Formats: sequence, C-alpha cells, structure tokens
Amino acid sequence: MNIVAIFNLVPDLVEELEIDQSGTALNMDFLRLIINEFDDHAIEQAILLKERSGARVSVVGPSIDGADDVLYTAASKGADQVIKLTADFQGKKVNNHAMARAFASTLKELQADLILTGVQANTDLDGSIGPLLAEYLGMPYVGYVSGVNAVDGKVVARKEYPGGLVAEMEIKLPAVLGIQAAEQPPRYVAVTKVRQAMKTTTIEERLLAEPDLSGDVCIHRMFKPEVGTRAEMIEGSADEVAARLVGIFKEIGVL
Amino acid sequence: MNQDIYVVIEHLRGQAADISYIMLAGARALTQKTGGEVVAVLLGHDVQSLADNMAAGKVLYVDHPTLTEFTSDAYQKALAGLIREREPRAVLFASSSIGADVSSVLSARLNLPLISSCQSFSADGRPISQICGGKIMVESDLPEATTLLTMIPGGYKPEEGQSGRAPEIIKMEAPALDDLRVTLKQYIEPEAGDVDISKEPILVSVGRGIQNQDNITLAEELARALGGAVSASRPVVDQGWMSTSRLVGKSGKKVKPKVYITLGISGAPEHAEAIMDSETIIAINTDPAAPIFDIARYGAAIDMFDLFDVLIAKVKEAKG
Amino acid sequence: MVTTEAVVHSFYDKVLAATPHGEQLRVCLECGNCSGICPFGYLMTYPPSRLIAMLRADRFNKVLETDTVWMCVSCFACTAVCPSKIPLTFGLMTSVKEELLLAGNVPAELQTALANSQRYGNPQGESPRKRADWVKDVNPQVTIMAQARRPVDVLWFVGDYASYHPRVQSATKALARVLNALGVDFGILGPDESSDGDSQRLAGERGLFEILAEKNGKAFSKYQFNKIITTDPHAYNAIKNEYPQLGISYPVQHYTEYLIERLDQLKPLLKREVKAKVTYHDPCYLGRANGIFDQPRALLEAIPGVELVEMAHNHTNSLCCGGGGGGMWLDGFQWEKAHVRMSEWRVREAMTSGANILAVACPYETPRFEDAVKSLNGGRQLIVKDIAELLAEAIG
Repeated sequence: MNIVAIFNLVPDLVEELEIDQSGTALNMDFLRLIINEFDDHAIEQAILLKERSGARVSVVGPSIDGADDVLYTAASKGADQVIKLTADFQGKKVNNHAMARAFASTLKELQADLILTGVQANTDLDGSIGPLLAEYLGMPYVGYVSGVNAVDGKVVARKEYPGGLVAEMEIKLPAVLGIQAAEQPPRYVAVTKVRQAMKTTTIEERLLAEPDLSGDVCIHRMFKPEVGTRAEMIEGSADEVAARLVGIFKEIGVL
Repeated sequence: MNQDIYVVIEHLRGQAADISYIMLAGARALTQKTGGEVVAVLLGHDVQSLADNMAAGKVLYVDHPTLTEFTSDAYQKALAGLIREREPRAVLFASSSIGADVSSVLSARLNLPLISSCQSFSADGRPISQICGGKIMVESDLPEATTLLTMIPGGYKPEEGQSGRAPEIIKMEAPALDDLRVTLKQYIEPEAGDVDISKEPILVSVGRGIQNQDNITLAEELARALGGAVSASRPVVDQGWMSTSRLVGKSGKKVKPKVYITLGISGAPEHAEAIMDSETIIAINTDPAAPIFDIARYGAAIDMFDLFDVLIAKVKEAKG
Repeated sequence: MVTTEAVVHSFYDKVLAATPHGEQLRVCLECGNCSGICPFGYLMTYPPSRLIAMLRADRFNKVLETDTVWMCVSCFACTAVCPSKIPLTFGLMTSVKEELLLAGNVPAELQTALANSQRYGNPQGESPRKRADWVKDVNPQVTIMAQARRPVDVLWFVGDYASYHPRVQSATKALARVLNALGVDFGILGPDESSDGDSQRLAGERGLFEILAEKNGKAFSKYQFNKIITTDPHAYNAIKNEYPQLGISYPVQHYTEYLIERLDQLKPLLKREVKAKVTYHDPCYLGRANGIFDQPRALLEAIPGVELVEMAHNHTNSLCCGGGGGGMWLDGFQWEKAHVRMSEWRVREAMTSGANILAVACPYETPRFEDAVKSLNGGRQLIVKDIAELLAEAIG
C-alpha cells in the first residue's frame, strides 16, 4: 500500500504574535514556523502503519522555512521517500485551497492509496487542507481520526466525537484521513540520527506550476482579542487565599 | 441567490448539540444585515422532532434511512444538491467532527468560498473568526457568492437559538445515497465512568500542574470535602492519570456546574469552550498570565500544593 | 540485522572513544561499589556494575529492552568510588542512554525537553527572545552584549533555569546585585545564549549537545571578554571540560570561585547579619565532578551571623538533588518507579542537621528542594536559599 503523509508549517505559538502594519495579516518578522502538530501525528501514524503492515511511506511538504528539517526527520523515522514541492510560497498568502490544489497534482502522480494529514491547523481560515485535497482528488474523507487499521483494500478509521464516543468508519481506498492523534505520540529522533539522514537522504524536489491562489478569505481586519473582564485575583498567603475561597463558596451557596 | 441563512443542524444519536442552537442564534444575527430568514437544514431518519424548539423560519428536512447515523459521504451528497439548487446567502456548519468533515469538501465540490472558525458576526454582517489558538481574531468580508462558514461557540448563547414555537418542516427529497465510500461499522462507547461529571454541581478540575497521578488524591480530597467530583483537562487524561470519562474539553464533555475550580489548568480554547457556561469559575494557577484568568470569575496565582491542606481544613471547618 | 556482537563491539568502542580513560572499562573488578552507592541503584534492572557484566557476557541486547537506566541522574557517585577509575558517569551511563535514545526508547517528558532545547535553546520551551526578561528590575542595568557592543571584563553565562524559572530568577537578580556591589564589569548574552547542553549530553543526546555548544561558541566569539563565570555548575562543567574538545576554549569559573577570589573586597560589604544555622548542599557538578568544596563554604562563613553545620552526607559523598543527567525532565517517570524523590531524602538530612537554611549553589536545586520542603511534614521550617541570595541579603 502506498501511504502519503502531507504536512504544512504554521506560526509557532510560543512566540508573541503581532499584527503587521496593514492590520490584516500577521507580522512575519519574528515569527517562527513549526510543523502543524496534527501533521506531525499524521506522519507518525503513517510510519506506524508501515511498521505494522509493510506499506510504503512518502512524506510531502511545501518549500518553506523548516520543511527540510521535517523531511529529514521523517526519513530518519523510516519514510521511504521525502518530497518538497517548490513554488514561490514565501511572501505570498497561500490559502488552504491553493495549498490543497498544489498537493493534488503531485499526489495524483504518486498514486497514493491512503493520504494522511492533520485534521486542522491553527491558522485555518478557509477550511482545512485534508478535506479540500480529498475533493480535488475525488477521494472520500474522514476527519478527527485517532486510529487507523488497513485491511485488504479498505481502511477502518476510529473517528472521535465529543464525550469520548468513537465511531469506526470503513472507507474505500483511495482515501484521505484527517488525523486528530496518532496511536502513539510522535517519536523522538536523536539529533545524530537526523544528521545521518541529512547525509544519506535526497529530498526530491518537484517544481509546481504557478500556484492557483483563489479561495482566499478577504480579511477586513486582524486583531488581538480584548481581554475581557479578568478574574478578580485573590492575593495573599495560602491561608488568606483559602479563607477568601471559603467566603466565596459560602456566597455562591456551595457551603 | 436568496438572502436566507442556512444552518446545518449538528446532531448525534438523538441529541441536537448546543452548537446547533448557537448557530441558529448567529444566523439570526446575520439576517439583521442580509435580510432573509434563518433556515435549519436537518438530515437524518425520523428526527424531525429535534427541530421542535429551534428558532428558525423553517426546516428543510431530508429523511433517509442511510442518514440515520452520520457518515461524511452521505451528508456531502445530501447537502451538495440542496445548496446548489437553492443558493442561500450562507450556510453555517459546526466546526466539529461532523460539520468540519463536510464543509471543506462542499467548498471544493461546489466551488464556493469557505470561512472557518467563525465565532460571531459584526454589526456590518462580517464574520469574526478566532485562529491561532485563540490569540488572533479575524474579521472578514462576506463574499458575494453563497458562502460556507464553520462556527465555534462563544459568540452566542444556545438559549438565543431556541424558540417556544416549532418551525414549519418542509420534507425534501433525498438524492440517491447508494454507492457510498464511507460507512459506519459501529460505535465504541466511552469508558463507563463511575461519575457523570456533566451532572455534578461542583467540579475540581486538574490540569498539567498536578504533575503526577499520586497528587490527584489531593484534588479528590478537596472535591470530597466540598461534595463534588474531580475532572481533568486533556494532558492529564492523555497521560492515563484519569479516565476519559472525566475529560472536560472540546473532545471530552461540556460542563456547566455551579462552581468549576481549576488547578493548574492553563485555559486553552479547547478547554475554555467546554466550561464557559459554568456559573462560577475559580482558577488556581502559578502563572498569572494564564488565559484561564480571562474566563474565570475569581483567581489566585498561587501554587496549588501550598493551598490544598489549608483549604481542605477550612472547608471541613466551615461544614462543621 | 545488527548482531549482538557488533552492538557490543561498537558500544565498547563508543565508550572508549567518548571519554578520557574509557579503556578502564576493561578492568572493572565487579566490586559492586558503584551499584551500591547509586541512589536509585536498587531500582535499576541493570545498575552500573551489572551493565558492565552484561556487556562482558555478550547480552547487551537485554539492556536495550529495559528503561531503568533513565533512573540515573548522573550524580557522579559511582565514578567517585570506583577503584578502577572507570569514567562510569560520562562514559558508561551516558553511552547506554545514547543507545536507548537512538533506538527511540526514551520517556516522553524527556523527549519534550530535548525537542525544546533544540528548537528554543532551552528545555523549558520558552521563547528565546525572552531569555533576558529577568533583568527588568535590576539596577544598575545589566549589560546585554548585543546591545552594548563593547568589551567587558566578565561574561556571565546565566543558564536556562536562572533565566526563565520564576523562583530561580530571584537568585539570579541577587547575583547581579552582588556583582554590581563589587563593581564588576560584566555582561550577559541574553537572547544570544543557548542552553549549555550538559544535562542533555548526559541524557544521551550528544548530537544536540554539539549543536548547542556550537551556537554558544559562535555567540562567545562575537564579543570580547576576559573570562566566563556561570551561575550553574552544569554550565561550568560543560564550558570547562567539554567545550574545549569542540574547539571552544575560554577561562571559566563558577560564581562561587570568582567571588571567593575577591573576598577582601566582598567581606566589608557584608554588613547585615544573617543569623542562622546554615547547611550547604554540595552540587554534584561543583563538588564531586570538579572538586570545588571549600570556596562556597568560605563564602557562607564570611556572612556575619552564619553558623555553618554539615549534613550527614557532605563533600564527596553528598546526596544528589536528583536533577542532573536529565533528571529535571524525568520527574513523572522517576516518581512512577520510585515513589520517593532524592530531593526529599536530602531535605530530610538538612532538617536533621539542625539548620534553618539550606544553602545551594545550583539553579536546579532551589525549585527541587523547595518542592520537597512542601511535601515533607515539618519541612516548612527549612528555608532554601542560593548562596547569592544570602550574600545579597548580607549586603542589604
């Protein structure tokens, strides 16, 4: 079975996010990009499927800062093929519709049976790449998946609902799954292993035609949420805080 | 294109989710600007009674046995034709396991614009979305074409989407729903917990700050002293320190207790949205900048381990 | 398919190549001193002497299936008592951890700390741009090298916990005040500083250590200074003993060494009395690993009112706080196995010594001991302070 895991990079929320001068976009100056956490899980799930059933795994991502590291790390985890889609992504606002179209052309060539990608990303504003990609490829899509089993030409995915309910969905291949969580957290790869992969792995570069950027959301303004009425903060020693809390419990009728 | 705002009702196993009513309220707010009426779209089998208390002008009801349980393929097929023919001003979907599976696919299939994570509409009728883990808000222009939107809670209350008068139900013809690529095999129930936290009036909720499983006994003692139960945020459940039946959050349970006490929970949006209907939220977290303090009524930037003994003692004393 | 023999052979080679005197591994007497003195030895499936036995018996693959080597906190006790002078901590234990790490057998908490160290230059996952935020309320202003663009006498390598941890920041600010009171011309790297990498190295991530060391080396080379002082014994150990092998060589002292050399200038400033019985905890990387025992004690004795008392374990047989070798990032894992913390053993000893104050000289220790103090009955009588804080208090 041919499994392809797709990833994209998103702003790292550890850094402060600032709005740029235009007031309609993020200030990219100090912004660092990190792999979308859900895509990291998708790659892990792909590797797990390979380890269980001997599938072939390709990992595909766009040519933006940080992609190389993700691809080499994927290779050191066991990916058979790592591909970077080169286009002029930097400096352009590439929405998810555009990114999905970009991936679609390459994926047709790869003849994927199962495509795994994160169910969403923190910057999603025009839908998520997974389901958009599924439709551009004419494949079925199931999202919020936290477990995958491949069984002759069909895949059974565990789909998460609120409250801990899970639905087992059977899907005809080829298909796209939106991963919420891999069956185990993404494994750690020692730095020396990644460095080794850098020496022995070739990242295949595929040049994309000028990306079709339609599908953009027209942003009127971008702003930081007002911090609403903050909590009334109780100061003092543990003793003083505990005393005030008991007072509050009495006020609201709990004691 | 008419000016109606469609709301795809999110329901599972005989229950309409709160988000459905929130979307109806949001849709009504939008119609203030666009004109038109709020139309609920209900797919399923024998579920028309779900619409009884919905605040909608009418309900487009597609009944088919294949729609009894949600599967992405069937819903997409049923909705695609409906939207294509009727060309509403906008269609609202829940940003959730059902709505998100369907909205993006339809956007690509019907070549219609899509705006995600909308929380509310401005007075000018612009969708206001929340992205980047709640840190950034985006106000977008509503495109001229039929626009698909996914909605998150926080902008409107479910009560605002309810009505005492049942709306008119219009039965729609279901399209051919054979040859589906996605089928439901079975449901797997969540672990049966001894306690249904969504029914507890007092919850003591532990987050990452509890540090390890053993410390949870301290939270249990506090909960016991107050007459409540212990719940947890995702990191605690992921570690296996508490069962999923105790999980409070987007992927767990929504709770609205009389008092919700958080210990070492940061307050990320996925947790915040599940507790925002609590009567009183009291937050304990050593980090005074933790987002939980923005939604709590009372807070203390103190180490919970300094507080446990003395608080439990004082509560026991007050109870006599 | 790699044969056990090949694994053993390559492992031996790794240890021999990785450490000075690595060849001493071959003359292990199997006396068991190491396993006996190891604080968590009783919980390890293969404590140090049994690790060597497994190597010799050609059964190393069995070791790779276990995870108890992660109970090792690189406290150096085994190395200190080995009659064959085997570099057990730096050579054997670290190499075993490296093997496990390469095989992907590493606890999740540690993974996060390592991934954070690589990505953000600190194990806590804090924004690198905020590394010098602690200087905000220090007067006179602390010189940040990239902004000041001038040579300084002393480059103060602050460290991860000293920079970011709220409790430890008090000690960091105290040290800044002491240096200012002495009129030392010092600067810090601020956002240019990365984790020293020593604990990550000892947790088995040699590759990560090299990346961090290179980053720091580049930062050092941009500026002019006469020597480096560190808050942290781990940074001291790294810069003194490990960085030179990577071509990064600077004179370095731990802050206690630096201050004791200036005792004649410091003593007159210590005007306020700190009337207390103080016991000093020897940090593993200052004491056992680098032989610095007297200087911190001399500093404490210089404070008027201080009466120094010793704990039962002191100097070379001091008890570790449990933070080294990755221990800072294995608390959950180690707790699940042991149900007791090394820091609690040590705090009990401090309480028995009759001391009011437990004095420390390593940023790992302040939070670890304060947490232990909270969980022990009667522990709250004991105050934990960094030497720098006591000096600052005495200066007033």
